[in-house]
Amino acid sequence: MVRRLSFDGRRRFVVSAFVVGAALLVWRAVYLQLSETDVLQGHGADRYLRTVELPAHRGTITDRHNEPLAVSTPVSSVGVIPSKLTQVRGRWPALARALGISGQELSAFVQSRLERRFVLLRRHVPPELAEEVMRLDIDGVELRQEVHRYYPAGEVTAHCVGFTDIDDNGQEGIELAYDEHLRGVSGSKRVIQDLNGHVVENVESVRAPQPGRDLALSIDKRIQYVAYRELKAAVREHQARAGSMVVLDTQTGEVLAAVNQPSYNPNNRKQLRAGYFRNRALTDTFEPGSTIKPFTIASALESGAIGVKTMIDTGPGTLRVGRHTVRDLHDYGLLDATGIISKSSNVGITKIAISLEPGQLWRMLAGLGFGAATGSGFPGEAVGRLQHYAAWRTIDNATLGFGYGLSVTALQLASAYLAFANDGMVLPVSLTRLPERHTGRRVMSRSSAQTVRGMLEAAVRQGTGALARITGYRVAGKTGTVHKLARGGGYAEDRYVSLFAGMIPASQPRLIAVTMIDEPARGEHFGGQVAAPVFARVMRDATRLLDIPPDDIAPLLPQNEQFLTRVHTADLPPVIRP
Amino acid sequence: MAADSLLPAISRFHLDPPLLTAVLILCAMGLLVLYSAGGQQMGVVIGQGVKMAAGLGIMVGMAQIPPAQFRRWAPWSYAIGVALLGLVMLHGTGRGAQRWLDLGVIRFQPSELMKIAVPMMVCWYLSNAGMAPGFRCTLVTLGIVMIPAALIAEQPDLGTATLVAASGLSVLFLAGVNWRLLGVGTIVTAAGAPVLWYYMHEYQRQRLLTLLDPENDPLGSGYHIIQSMIAVGSGGLYGKGWLNGTQSHLEFLPERSTDFIFAVLCEEFGLMGVLLLLSVYLFVILRGFTIALAARESFVRLFAGSLTITLFIYILVNMGMVVGQLPVVGIPLPFISYGGTSLVTLLASFGILMSIHTHKRLLSN
Repeated sequence: MVRRLSFDGRRRFVVSAFVVGAALLVWRAVYLQLSETDVLQGHGADRYLRTVELPAHRGTITDRHNEPLAVSTPVSSVGVIPSKLTQVRGRWPALARALGISGQELSAFVQSRLERRFVLLRRHVPPELAEEVMRLDIDGVELRQEVHRYYPAGEVTAHCVGFTDIDDNGQEGIELAYDEHLRGVSGSKRVIQDLNGHVVENVESVRAPQPGRDLALSIDKRIQYVAYRELKAAVREHQARAGSMVVLDTQTGEVLAAVNQPSYNPNNRKQLRAGYFRNRALTDTFEPGSTIKPFTIASALESGAIGVKTMIDTGPGTLRVGRHTVRDLHDYGLLDATGIISKSSNVGITKIAISLEPGQLWRMLAGLGFGAATGSGFPGEAVGRLQHYAAWRTIDNATLGFGYGLSVTALQLASAYLAFANDGMVLPVSLTRLPERHTGRRVMSRSSAQTVRGMLEAAVRQGTGALARITGYRVAGKTGTVHKLARGGGYAEDRYVSLFAGMIPASQPRLIAVTMIDEPARGEHFGGQVAAPVFARVMRDATRLLDIPPDDIAPLLPQNEQFLTRVHTADLPPVIRP
Repeated sequence: MAADSLLPAISRFHLDPPLLTAVLILCAMGLLVLYSAGGQQMGVVIGQGVKMAAGLGIMVGMAQIPPAQFRRWAPWSYAIGVALLGLVMLHGTGRGAQRWLDLGVIRFQPSELMKIAVPMMVCWYLSNAGMAPGFRCTLVTLGIVMIPAALIAEQPDLGTATLVAASGLSVLFLAGVNWRLLGVGTIVTAAGAPVLWYYMHEYQRQRLLTLLDPENDPLGSGYHIIQSMIAVGSGGLYGKGWLNGTQSHLEFLPERSTDFIFAVLCEEFGLMGVLLLLSVYLFVILRGFTIALAARESFVRLFAGSLTITLFIYILVNMGMVVGQLPVVGIPLPFISYGGTSLVTLLASFGILMSIHTHKRLLSN
């Protein structure tokens, strides 16, 4: 047997080591848990207590009949926790496949954000995709609820409504102009969050979010749709560069439709080109050409320079003004004002225009709102150009008389035609539904306005605007075919803007529409042949949609006499029959 | 009556009632804290309970084996252990570090086995070579200890390597190695520290540096320590209450059901909980040392003593790490941390302690 072991002095040493070790631990625990508690609890709270923003619900944009045009809906975004995702690299291909991105893209995305706690990988995904991703059940992949702006009418209202960016800030159109109104005030609350940013518990609400207010536009979605459909068809048919159409309610000045080509789908802006989102009807100007002639006539009537019966010799179809020569299509001979409007005689209108005081014509055009903002408040709206008459030369008086040398937007032109529709009164136009109608402003006498309206009716009945006719209604309107400015100066011989500005029913107009087709390339290029048919097609539907009674029932009667009689015989009880 | 019949039954199975009671209390506390730390999943708790039951079974089994048997097995179990460690080196599995050996049915860590095999081997060697080991004996002992310790450190598993080395060296100390030799050893170790530093993995160096200044890299290497100290301190005197710990439940605390589970206990049960746990541990350790002192034969005496000291180091290193006094090493808290391997080893060593105590008593009868 070996020598017995007594542990000698080792026993005391070991036991005291036990005691000292335990004492050190206790001392440290007492230090941390009694004297440092508050400090460390504070550190802890710093880590889990967070004030988070509560986004306010953005207001809905509707048309005048409360049909939604821009709606905020909850949507899921796919986010990742890089630190967790790197633990499961084997699942990356599946995730990349589900999201439709390449493995390298995903890898590069995650690798460059390793220090981030949480990062959104793909925002605003469709619900079924969100579900698919969650079914993969990958640790570190999560969904976040966000709000997505959806535009039910898509490309039809795209230009007016505009759009928001992915963070719900207005970027274009009404979304931008009324951003404050729609946005609301975000609130905040204090929450307990875990390491991964999940809210575990709501501690208190600091401030409740105030939802944004809704906004009703003046747009009538049905008319907007019809206008869009017909404009698009015409632009396609004539292979035009672009086109715009504006429809106004004559009684209130509200814009019932404002459409443009080309357009875009605001719900999917991936393939969007810069030019596509211009609301051309408000942002693009053009020379109005012959559509200005009625105002020249009105100005002349107002000043007494001509009367309704005054005959003007437009022969031989050309007229020299200084170094320039004004031409008509044909030699129209002697014409009264009605003839000048319905034939759109440049010679006739020039003779009238140069007989006017420059200030006379300027006051008329400026009073109608040319060269000034319409007050629609639309972002990027153009004011056009109308030079003050102090700088005019004689030729300017003439060219302005037939609509060259000034530039206007389609909305301005439509707004100016309000004067003829409303017996000499114009109204401020509005893109939003008005609670009450504004009082108008008189720009010409009632009799001048009615007289010119009669001339415009003649222009459709028997003149250049014949294709604007609509069975059952009296239509008043003016065509315009404008040479576009050539790049090198002067006017291009082969590039035109085709215009038609008209109103219906002519007896007491309810609607005004301006159609502008930019550079029709195929077929005709005259406003009467390119733009007037669009007016007719849109107004045919609009009058029915708005239940506007016909004011020209004579053409309706012969066809329907038999039909009416038949209905009578069938439906009425025999006793009542005479 | 029940107690009257229970006690003889316990001693017939070579169990030590005080030790058994303390172990059961620790197991119960472990399950309680684990339920909270593991996200209140009953499945986790039941799984750990099953492992505890298996471990207790092994403990009872070990208690039946006479100490002489351990002595006979000592060289063999040591040789097999070293061989298995070599195998791990070649064919091991595990994430980050190679620690596991896959035997098809179960996977286990040979390094765990060495926590018992190494001190057993040293006890065997020293009890044969004679007490108060001289210079030669000390060198041989160092060889016996350092070969497996180095293999484990290479895996890398510095925590277990430290424990294995400490358990072996504790025997040397208990066997009465000369204080002078001890002094020389300490100086040599201190001188060799720069060399050790050179051989360390980068993350291991980082852990040591972090201990000195956790705020230096609060989101990186200092993260564990800071979160852990916040959890401990947040507990205060009475704690936030069971299941109410924010640091752990909000997932800020890493490894909260394994190595850092003590922080959860601190946060939820406060200083009171810490004192309670520490007193149970202290009771177990003192009981183990009493058993060692009561043993008559030097092999069992050394063996019991070193097992007790190993347990003590185990607890000290883990708790010291959690409260920020020692560097972060992967050592679980005995009976409380989630995981089966170290639990089984621990319970086996308790079985050995019980065997040593009860067989001696039978012999003296």
